[in-house]
Amino acid sequence: MAHVSSGTYLKKLHLKEFVFHKTLTLSALLIIVLLLGIFLTLLVSSFPSIKALGVKFIYNKVWDPVTDEYGALPFMTGTLMTSALAIVISTPFAIGIGLFLGEYYPRGWISGIIKNAIELLAGIPSVILGFWGMFTIVPIIRTIEMKLGVTPYGVGILTASIILSIMIIPFSASLIRLVISMVPLHLKEAAYSLGATRFEVIRYVIIPYVKSGLSAGILLALGRALGETMAVTMLIGNTQIIPKGLFSTGNTMASVIANEFTEATGNLYFSALIEIGLVLFVVTTIINMIGVRIIKRFES
Amino acid sequence: MESPILKTVDLNAYFGKTHVLKNVNLEVQKNSITAIMGPSGCGKSTFIRCVNRLHELTEHATSDGQISLNGEDIYKMSPTLLRRKVGMVFQRPNPFNTMSIYQNVIAGYTLNGNILSKTDKDQIVEESLKQAALWNEVKDNLHKKGTFLSGGQQQRLCIARSLAMKPALLLLDEPTSALDPISTSKIEELLLEFKSSYTILIVTHNMQQAGRVSDYTAFFYLGELTEWDKTTTIFTNPKHIQTQNYITGRFG
Amino acid sequence: MREGIRYREFKNLAFRILVILVVTISVAPLIAILVYIFKQGISVINWGFLVHLPKPVGETGGGILNAVIGSFLIIAVAALIAIPVGVTVGVYFSEQSKTGIFRTAHLAVDILQGIPSIVIGIIIYVWFVKPFGKFSALSGSIALALMMLPSIIKSTEETLKLVPLSLKEASLALGVPYYKTIISVIIPAGLSGILNGIILGIARVSGETAPLLFTAFGNPFVNFNILKPTASLPLIIFNYATSPYDEWHKLAWGASFILVVVILVLNILTKIAEKKWKVQF
Repeated sequence: MAHVSSGTYLKKLHLKEFVFHKTLTLSALLIIVLLLGIFLTLLVSSFPSIKALGVKFIYNKVWDPVTDEYGALPFMTGTLMTSALAIVISTPFAIGIGLFLGEYYPRGWISGIIKNAIELLAGIPSVILGFWGMFTIVPIIRTIEMKLGVTPYGVGILTASIILSIMIIPFSASLIRLVISMVPLHLKEAAYSLGATRFEVIRYVIIPYVKSGLSAGILLALGRALGETMAVTMLIGNTQIIPKGLFSTGNTMASVIANEFTEATGNLYFSALIEIGLVLFVVTTIINMIGVRIIKRFES
Repeated sequence: MESPILKTVDLNAYFGKTHVLKNVNLEVQKNSITAIMGPSGCGKSTFIRCVNRLHELTEHATSDGQISLNGEDIYKMSPTLLRRKVGMVFQRPNPFNTMSIYQNVIAGYTLNGNILSKTDKDQIVEESLKQAALWNEVKDNLHKKGTFLSGGQQQRLCIARSLAMKPALLLLDEPTSALDPISTSKIEELLLEFKSSYTILIVTHNMQQAGRVSDYTAFFYLGELTEWDKTTTIFTNPKHIQTQNYITGRFG
Repeated sequence: MREGIRYREFKNLAFRILVILVVTISVAPLIAILVYIFKQGISVINWGFLVHLPKPVGETGGGILNAVIGSFLIIAVAALIAIPVGVTVGVYFSEQSKTGIFRTAHLAVDILQGIPSIVIGIIIYVWFVKPFGKFSALSGSIALALMMLPSIIKSTEETLKLVPLSLKEASLALGVPYYKTIISVIIPAGLSGILNGIILGIARVSGETAPLLFTAFGNPFVNFNILKPTASLPLIIFNYATSPYDEWHKLAWGASFILVVVILVLNILTKIAEKKWKVQF
């Protein structure tokens, strides 16, 4: 027999096993508590604003810290416009990349280069992209605005949307590439054996098959776009009015928080900004959850 | 007869609601080799996994009945301590691939926090590797990782690792079914050589192997221990029709 | 009317060209950005740039030492917080079956991953800045740690799930207790994947600005005290880029260059580590 087995040794063993198991479970509970804490903190800190402003918060278009009147409509509009535009601009590119990497060139050195390039693009920090946009995209937009006779701010909804679309392309592209590569070979071969061209296989077999995956990709990209802060803050012009068109300046929910949070003196001001954060949290969570659920269903 | 090393009384095992072992009553004598045989799915692996209480680690797996090792009820002892007294070698060799050969052999001690002197460790490693007939092939490479070893050598490493613990009972679950014929015969030789120091239970679906190596054979069919006797008796004069059919190759 | 074969083949080719074109245009901003950062940044980088502090407006020269050290400090502390918690939760996920706690915690991690970084900043402000009345590197680290957690947890879980059952059974069959098996056998076997996830998490948060805006806040001087406000590379880029001074813009380009290089190096490290440390099973 190899070991001495005594009573105290066993007791110590049981204790160690117990501590180990409990630590694991506790860590999982910690995450749950953390998340609840985040939600509750947002809720509780928004109370003063919810109480004072009520539902008007959502449709009031005036945001004036001086008179303590807070309506979030300008920022919700700003967020909606920039995100929607960014999705519209980026989706064709994301689908193109997804087809390129998932269907046309799934292996080989070209695939490697493009894949790494897209990953690299995803890794560039938002603040640097915004910085770059200030010196490259803004002058271009300014020239266009002058030609069109609009006020040549340079910054504004369109500019912010362009940078935003660049930022979310890697995100939706990788997801779309994934679902495209999961199309079963036998379905494609069935179409080829009937004499279809590659384009027709893509159009009539692959795209319909991945439709739900595509919508999940768009949804998740939307979730990302809604929360994007830095690049948007640097390129949207930071005004409190509802943007009227592509070339107007404005603000998004995320950018107004970034701009004004440290200056928010006064309880109501502070609480109103946090309420915007609460709305952001709820909306992005719902969108992400729907997207994740769609993917899970697609995988099974 | 001396008292048996291992005795099971009315052992039953289940996966959820599926009844995979039915009222198994078996005795294993000291310093003998007992072969556990039967067609696929008859419960052989489940049986030995009950002996070292590995069975209960699977989700929804349960068992009832009595198993005693040297007279002690194994369900009354700590499973960790039980497993130090019972060694197991698996079907696919599974040396720890983050450890060197030396560290693999001594793993049973070091992982359990036993502090041994270097001389003690060296001695245990050499003794175990010699018993597993692997010493000469690896003695100059003890501190390399075992990934360069062939399948047969890796399996002998796993045997050495189990032997290092000086177990009262050694369980082997189809240890040579993944190996080539030469490695297989080397391992069979091993078992015959160290049977005088150990007691061995070997699950095998290879009848010739059972015939070559074992003193006793236990035959399982659909979860029941239908027959158990000296190997020579089972092979020449089986009492049950299933045993006879299996031996003559009617099913396998 | 059925389309002629030549027309169909033409559409096929046209589509393929379209896809290639689209991909090229998508990659173009990347190249443009990298080239621009490189051109602007390389002229600013010199030894003085790295070891000096920023000078007041009007004076030339100056550097970003405060931001370099600050970033390092904040991220190091963030990693110290996030790694133990993340790996532990990852182990729990890989070993557990689908109990209620498992499902809820898994959902919580998914939600955490999707929270906008500015919201994380708000939360940490309310929890750690407001009650103490001051900004601090520590609060910035906690915010970044929260953002690192999901990637560390997920990569730990996925790596450990890939470790074959036979390794665990070999250890258990030797009489090694369960907790020791996990700590001394399973985790070492999956170490490369876990480390990968950690490096990736670090790469991701090193460029984050929003969570630091109202936590670490920034500091014109070098600071090693984690209870004081501290500078960091993304913060300094943001502040200098949005300032009206050309001199400061130059500094921001230099800082951007360094930040991009660091992130690039970290990403390359993960790719190398993945290939080199991959333990064969």
